[in-house]
Amino acid sequence: MLDYVLPRYRVERDEALCIQCGVCERQCSNGVHDVDTELGKCFEKHSACVNCQRCVTMCPTGALTITRWPQVDNGTNNWNLEAQQEIAKQSQTGSVRLGSMGNPKPYPIYWDRLLLNASQVTNPSIDPLREPMETRVFLGSRPTVIKVNETTKTVETKMPPQLKLDVPVMFSAMSFGSISLNAQKALAIAARELGTYFNTGEGGLHRDLEQFGANCITQVASGRFGVDPHYLNAGSCIEIKIGQGAKPGIGGHLPGSKINAEVSRTRMIPEGTDAISPAPHHDIYSIEDLRQLIFSLKEATRYSKPIAVKIAAVHNVAAIASGCARAGADIIVVDGFRGGTGAAPIRTRDNVGIPLELALAAIDQRLRDEGIRSTVSVVAAGSVRHAADVVKAIALGADATYIASAAIIAFGCHQCQSCSSGTCNWGIATQRPDLTKRLNPEIAAERVINLVRAWNHEIQEIMGGMGINSIDSLRGNRLMLRGIGLSEKELQILGVQHAGE
Amino acid sequence: MTLLREGEVRIPAGCAISGIMDRSGGRHDGTDVLKSISLMHDRGNGLGGGFAAYGIYPDYKDLFAFHMLYETKDARLMAEAYLDEWFLIEKQEKIPTDYVRTIQNPPHIWRYFMVPHPIKLAESELDEAEYTMQRVFHINSHIDGAFVASSGKNMGAFKGVGYPEEIGEFYRIQDYKAWLWTAHNRFPTNTPGWWGGAHPFTLLNWSIVHNGEISSYDANRRYVEQFGYNCDLQTDTEVITYLFDLLIRRHGLSAETAAHIMTAPSWEEIDRMEPGLAAYESALRTVYSSALINGPFSVILGSEEGLLALNDRLKLRALMVAEKGDMVYLASEQAAIEVICPDAENMRSVEGGVPFVVELNEVAERKRREGVGTNVPVVEVPGAAITEVAATRTYQRGV
Amino acid sequence: MKKIYSIPELCINCGRCEVACKTAHSKSKNPVKAYKYESCPAPRIRVEGTNDFSFASNCRHCAKPLCVEACIAGAMQKDPETGVVFVDERRCVGCGTCVVTCPFGAVHVEQTAIKCDLCGSCQGQPGNPSCVAACPNRALVYVESEDE
Repeated sequence: MLDYVLPRYRVERDEALCIQCGVCERQCSNGVHDVDTELGKCFEKHSACVNCQRCVTMCPTGALTITRWPQVDNGTNNWNLEAQQEIAKQSQTGSVRLGSMGNPKPYPIYWDRLLLNASQVTNPSIDPLREPMETRVFLGSRPTVIKVNETTKTVETKMPPQLKLDVPVMFSAMSFGSISLNAQKALAIAARELGTYFNTGEGGLHRDLEQFGANCITQVASGRFGVDPHYLNAGSCIEIKIGQGAKPGIGGHLPGSKINAEVSRTRMIPEGTDAISPAPHHDIYSIEDLRQLIFSLKEATRYSKPIAVKIAAVHNVAAIASGCARAGADIIVVDGFRGGTGAAPIRTRDNVGIPLELALAAIDQRLRDEGIRSTVSVVAAGSVRHAADVVKAIALGADATYIASAAIIAFGCHQCQSCSSGTCNWGIATQRPDLTKRLNPEIAAERVINLVRAWNHEIQEIMGGMGINSIDSLRGNRLMLRGIGLSEKELQILGVQHAGE
Repeated sequence: MTLLREGEVRIPAGCAISGIMDRSGGRHDGTDVLKSISLMHDRGNGLGGGFAAYGIYPDYKDLFAFHMLYETKDARLMAEAYLDEWFLIEKQEKIPTDYVRTIQNPPHIWRYFMVPHPIKLAESELDEAEYTMQRVFHINSHIDGAFVASSGKNMGAFKGVGYPEEIGEFYRIQDYKAWLWTAHNRFPTNTPGWWGGAHPFTLLNWSIVHNGEISSYDANRRYVEQFGYNCDLQTDTEVITYLFDLLIRRHGLSAETAAHIMTAPSWEEIDRMEPGLAAYESALRTVYSSALINGPFSVILGSEEGLLALNDRLKLRALMVAEKGDMVYLASEQAAIEVICPDAENMRSVEGGVPFVVELNEVAERKRREGVGTNVPVVEVPGAAITEVAATRTYQRGV
Repeated sequence: MKKIYSIPELCINCGRCEVACKTAHSKSKNPVKAYKYESCPAPRIRVEGTNDFSFASNCRHCAKPLCVEACIAGAMQKDPETGVVFVDERRCVGCGTCVVTCPFGAVHVEQTAIKCDLCGSCQGQPGNPSCVAACPNRALVYVESEDE
């Protein structure tokens, strides 16, 4: 069959700068570059380029640039080149189109439509260099009322287990299998250093990472890969994954080619077999089933760990979150549709679910309307890009945030959205040993630690500007937010006033 | 263009506050407190002044005393019909006032001495405080032009638009005798001058005068609103009052612990504490994280037991205290104490984040005898039932 | 003495160390000029192997260097204080005996023998090796040697 699919990118090589050292050729797992030293010429296979920018970054002379494929479409807004190319691909393969990372479509990004407040005159801003500026957060359920003996200063209510975060940022679930062991190890090292948590995803906990148990959240998802009592007790918290923002309603599929000996051992499945996570948990067809699983896990861990439930941001997410809280979840994680994934059907990724910002605002308000917000923690996930997004998420009502895309971008990911190919040139979303060794966990951890520390400084600066010296006073403090260019309805859902009001 | 009122918009304000208390319970007229707050004239701008007084109605000390502000006769008729439905009114009268040239268009000001309607109270399955509080919320939210200025027993608030010295004269506060007086001089940045928006803010026996602008306002508001408190006025004073009510009356904590929760020690300090105490402080901070108050404030909380003064953790607002015998004086400025008690002793500033508690001698004596011990919550809050179930399962079956 | 070590588990076969080496030993210190316009010697470090297994190889600055022992002109020397093995280019006759004797293939001859000088500013003195700085994966480390 004649290939109708056009290249997406064009590799531009500046001949004046190219020294034909061959770094590009050796670093490209997609075989884009051919440096022919005999001919003294370089050749590019543009159609193989995924725009991961490994060659661009590694080129010692800066001779490479990736540009868009210059082919114009016919000018129609409807049958544009992208739409036609999707048809070309599917008519040649007959398969569901797979993509990676979160929803890339130009839906509104509400973070960018929210502005933050600062103190002027009537209330002083606080200098974070002079005054304590607290970013510590505890996650877990808690009673509305506490019984204490004020004379002896002792607590009589038995406090439920809590996760202590020194920064309001955790690393969200990315399984060993979907990402390399080096990538997960880097997150583990960073979590320990930063006083926060990484999440195993649905891939089990590799024995080399058990030493990071105190900073680990173990996930239990529909495939139950790697789950046994040892695993459940190995971390500090258990997260039940019901859904993922990038692909609500869809399960997972890790191809057998990625199930090598280590992945196989960690996931407890045979080497080379596909790891298929069903769309639903087949023991959770309703909210009462969720309650059973939550309490099974609590029993299995002797009530020593908080149980989180992660749900994708879908239309009735507020009611679902409330249900999860009432089912006994200690932490509710809401994952917006821009949250990443290793692989998702493109049609689902691009069209199912809602933005995190709206989901978070709705959940926080719903829990407050029901008077139970203070009894449960809420974590916002799904494309938190920088410190201002963290501040806005907390002001909307989150206790803390989860980052994954931002963390792997710190590793070197350039969001080429080709994770599912398994040939990640940055050594992140791959199990190929020649590629995974490109990610030195020590360097990767340093980068993420730097990133989160920088964010935390920025969070402290912004809080200080607001006249707030504890993140507790930022949580749900929507008066610190104003919308810009939003409709009445959007403002109402976000629970904020418009700028200038 | 009409300016929006408190409740329709959030109005930042600066202020001066004063407080005078006789620990022995001896009652004094309003002359001194008026003199003290007047000295700090320049800390206000004539758009709000007021007083709270405890012990002023000894003849009706077991009845709820409602001070009501009405903008129209209709508002009064509607409010009275409502009060009549929910309470047995022992006595109702106009609060006597004097003509003061600078005070324009005052509302109709009435007071009512009442007990909750016994059948309605029984039907509601609430205690009388909760029952009365809900009636106050209803009037303030739903009866246009009517506002409950105070709703406690043997106490009352006298407040309005004007400088406090004018308001004091208007209400003839020298005619009342109280063992605790607090006063407020307000500097709102933008207000139409609404009598309901003046301070002190009160609820049941609580009264609060406050100087500052808290930056945690919306976090605190959205926290207390979960438990049925309507922050109609959108003022700091209102939300601080509700926090005290929640923690003290409903959760059974002492005023001191409530204040401690609002100005909790930093995590850095907690990390240095011995493990038992650290666990106690951590538990309080975790459970009541949204009750932490941030930003500059100094408050004097009045109650039937005495007063509590509190400054923010960073001590961003001035508040001085001095004593003379059984008398305790508090004011935003030292001069405002010296003007009424030149030989006051032990003059000092209230420390940031450390609650300063003054109790009536008889209350202090009783507490010494009985001890503080464990709090006895009386909460019937939405969602509590469910969390209690979860709590039992979660905590008691632990390792 | 401090030596450059290659860690094969971390070596990603990119070859940036080679470019850095050649550039550091060029006149212009610019990789484009060094490769395209100057006649500067080939890199003194070489990445051996494939993407699956690779490591960078260069002079080990041996305790008992065979090249020094074999040099017919007395050009190849080991600095007794620093331990750096270096070529005195004025003496070198380019015979290639060192190339033959080096068990690591770390010397090559252009006009004279060319080998790793640890980027020192003068002969026999170690500096900050540019290959180590250029390695993107910390597969090259410059640390105190334990084998002497």
